[in-house]
Amino acid sequence: MAASGKDDVFTPWTDSGATPLIRIDQVTKRFGDFTAIDNVSLDIYPQEFFALLGPSGCGKTTLMRMLGGFETPSSGVISIDGQDMSSVPPNKRAVNMMFQSYALFPHLSVWDNIAFGLRRDGLDKDRVAARVEEMLKLVQLSQFAKRKPHQISGGQRQRVALARSLAKAPKLLLLDEPLGALDKKLRQETQFELMDIQEKTGTTFVIVTHDQEEAMTVASRVAVMNHGQLIQVETPEVIYEQPNSIYVADFIGDVNLIEGTVSALGEGAELAWAEGRTPLIGQPGAALTKGQGATFAIRPEKIAISADEPQDRRNRVQGKILDIGYLGNLSTYHVELPEGPVVKCEIGNRSRIERRDFTWEDEVWLSWSDTAGLVLAR
Amino acid sequence: MKRLLIGVPFVWLFVLFLVPFGIVLKISLSDIDLAIPPYTPTLEVSDGWAGVAAFFSALDLENYIFLTSDDLYWKAYLSSLQIASISTFLTLLVGFPIAYAMARAAEEWRPALLMLVILPFWTSFLIRVYAWIGILSTEGFLNQFLLWTGVISEPLTILNTNTAVYIGIVYTYLPFMILPIYATLEKMDASLLEAAEDLGCSRMQAFWLITLPLARPGVVAGCFLVFIPTLGEFVIPSLLGGSDTLMIGKVLWEEFFNNRDWPVASAVAIILLLILIIPIILFQRNQQINKEAQQ
Amino acid sequence: MKRLSAFNVVSLTLGFAFLYIPMLILVIYSFNESKLVTVWAGFSTKWYGELLQNDAMIDAAWVTMKVAFFSSTLATVLGTMAAYVLVRRGRFYGRTVFSGMIYAPLVMPEVITGLSLLLLFIAIGMDRGVLTIVLAHTTFSMCYVSVVVSSRLISFDDSLEEAALDLGASQFEAFRLVTLPIIAPAVISGWLLAFTLSLDDLVIASFAAGPSSTTLPIKIFSSVRLGVSPEINALSTIIIAIVTVGVLTASIVSKRQITRRLQEEAQAG
Repeated sequence: MAASGKDDVFTPWTDSGATPLIRIDQVTKRFGDFTAIDNVSLDIYPQEFFALLGPSGCGKTTLMRMLGGFETPSSGVISIDGQDMSSVPPNKRAVNMMFQSYALFPHLSVWDNIAFGLRRDGLDKDRVAARVEEMLKLVQLSQFAKRKPHQISGGQRQRVALARSLAKAPKLLLLDEPLGALDKKLRQETQFELMDIQEKTGTTFVIVTHDQEEAMTVASRVAVMNHGQLIQVETPEVIYEQPNSIYVADFIGDVNLIEGTVSALGEGAELAWAEGRTPLIGQPGAALTKGQGATFAIRPEKIAISADEPQDRRNRVQGKILDIGYLGNLSTYHVELPEGPVVKCEIGNRSRIERRDFTWEDEVWLSWSDTAGLVLAR
Repeated sequence: MKRLLIGVPFVWLFVLFLVPFGIVLKISLSDIDLAIPPYTPTLEVSDGWAGVAAFFSALDLENYIFLTSDDLYWKAYLSSLQIASISTFLTLLVGFPIAYAMARAAEEWRPALLMLVILPFWTSFLIRVYAWIGILSTEGFLNQFLLWTGVISEPLTILNTNTAVYIGIVYTYLPFMILPIYATLEKMDASLLEAAEDLGCSRMQAFWLITLPLARPGVVAGCFLVFIPTLGEFVIPSLLGGSDTLMIGKVLWEEFFNNRDWPVASAVAIILLLILIIPIILFQRNQQINKEAQQ
Repeated sequence: MKRLSAFNVVSLTLGFAFLYIPMLILVIYSFNESKLVTVWAGFSTKWYGELLQNDAMIDAAWVTMKVAFFSSTLATVLGTMAAYVLVRRGRFYGRTVFSGMIYAPLVMPEVITGLSLLLLFIAIGMDRGVLTIVLAHTTFSMCYVSVVVSSRLISFDDSLEEAALDLGASQFEAFRLVTLPIIAPAVISGWLLAFTLSLDDLVIASFAAGPSSTTLPIKIFSSVRLGVSPEINALSTIIIAIVTVGVLTASIVSKRQITRRLQEEAQAG
């Protein structure tokens, strides 16, 4: 994966000497009584592919629109490249936006759509033409230049919108749910294309999405948002493996959540979850104290399933198979514990011939390593 | 069941729309006669084939030739076209800003604004034209107002001139212009304007480069909706216009009721229809293109 | 939320002033004491009283209401049938002519429609009177009804009627029990439109009317030609009042229905 490969070297947010391209400083945005953005501070660095992720209404779009200049903060300062943007209108910013609806001008051809912004800058004809050709080549649409937006497919429209917003070589490109209108297969292909183009052009991308898979795939860093606040800002790996809260753990990917109280706190944390059962052991999350109510979070793919009791693991529970879902590349088992909770685990189907060791109503053991789960404060 | 469903409205329209139209065509080829009905020939079926043959041989284009020879008629056609074009343009000038402002108003206000535009349309056309007589006459409210403010010292003569006709047309046909323009502007994606601004347009540029071209189908539809009925308009020129206001609808009316020259009136009607076919076909094509563009 | 710019506020204000001030003046001066319509001489309702004494005017109003009622009802039946045939019955022999005949009267100048109908009535020796006006009005207003109803029918889900047939309804039952209740609002607004068009029509009625059957617009027109009169102002005020109340009631009722439906849908989740 390009993003993860790049992360080894490209981590400006850990370098205290790096200057951010965007500085969002204690920004709040209110619409009447409603607070859309609640005192958010965030730095985004040049050449980052930054994702704002969250459910609808979490404020991610508002934050992006403030970067584009379509909304102004109620308080706080947004600066881009060291310049305070509060009085700079959208048409004077070195920022371009790719709209969720693409907002392609229906009366103009693909060519004229891409040329639109260049012409506003008063570029001469030859340079406009050269740049448009370049952009068309970048998104592989050269043969569609003369078509109108309604004469091309959804995926092509998406690429025209991208080319149009990149044509002016902005310092920052904002992408509002850029792949939301595409079907799943096309979306996956396009994700890699987007990353490719981002790398080629070296532009800083800020993408807004509610699709966690998309955010994880494309972004160098992900900001998980809820109710106008940033919950966690980290690389995709950290967000997935070390979520700082139940909210993030639950929002990103699948997770089993088992409630209990912290019974011991050391290298790992122990969580008493049921009368007469050995506590579950996992990595402690932040702000954890002994005796406190907490939740054990464990990803389904980190759980092993076996018929016999795995003596070598401290985290092991017994249960009965409730449901089996065959998904092709993996199978999902829903296992009901005698205490009530249903635990979901995923086992990869590595061999081609389906060898079903377990079936409905089977008594099985679930187990996982000491470091596989997290104990998170409630 | 199906036959009845198709048959009843079909026969109705055939008898009361198509046949009458054939009669107009036939009478336009007949000659005026001092008889009842006041034209000749009439079909004498009792005479058999000879009667039919005599009937057809008596038809001619004499009335049409008469229309070209008397300059009253072609002047009336030209002046109708001119009045219809100018007033369509004026209606556009008045209607566009209203439609634009309506589309920009807050969503919860739009139904009320729409209602305010449609309401006059339901009120009697005749009354709306009549209302202007009291305003535009020499001692009318407009002159009283202008004299009072001191803008003029002598009352203006507006009633019974073409100016009054223009005002009357703009006033009565304004909803026909506003509604289609509003419809296109209202469904326009607001992010298009944001995109234009994002790409470096000022508000004004965005209006010229995006809003106006996209409103074009509505503007064209509105113009036709005003132009087509205005061309044959009778009430407005006869109430607000003067004796020198020539409009073909009025000429036809007078030819029929005052001169009782039915054949010439019919010929005037046929020519008017031929003139109307062009804008009607253009209008149809515009609507077709709009429909296709939406799909 | 963006505020309306000053320019937009000005265009709306001027636009609606232009639309409503003439009618407002008309209404105000219907209460004028003086016979001179343009000079205010004090409040009075005497012109309304005189209007009620004017038998010719009352007769004309009565004829107009009769014509409007019968023609709009007939036009609604015929127009709904025509719309149903055009939208639902696919291809049939003569469809092009049929749809042409539906749409042509919409763009036909009234003088021509009136003239052609009059020539027909004379050719078949029909005496002109209330009946001929009803026939004439039905013919052009059925086309308007058909346009209103077919726009509703187009957005109507075909499978509803198919479901009714599947459940054992006959064609006619499917129409009566399923289609008609759903398109009812469009049919009602079609009727209202036809009714107003008939009330309003001067030109076609003038051709189709006989000496014994003067409608209100014909009466108003002949009196207005002689100049403004406070009595006509009073009559206009009554008409404006009726239309305003009618249209507002209709829109409030339909708005209530929509809000109630939205609420119910929201409650149902």
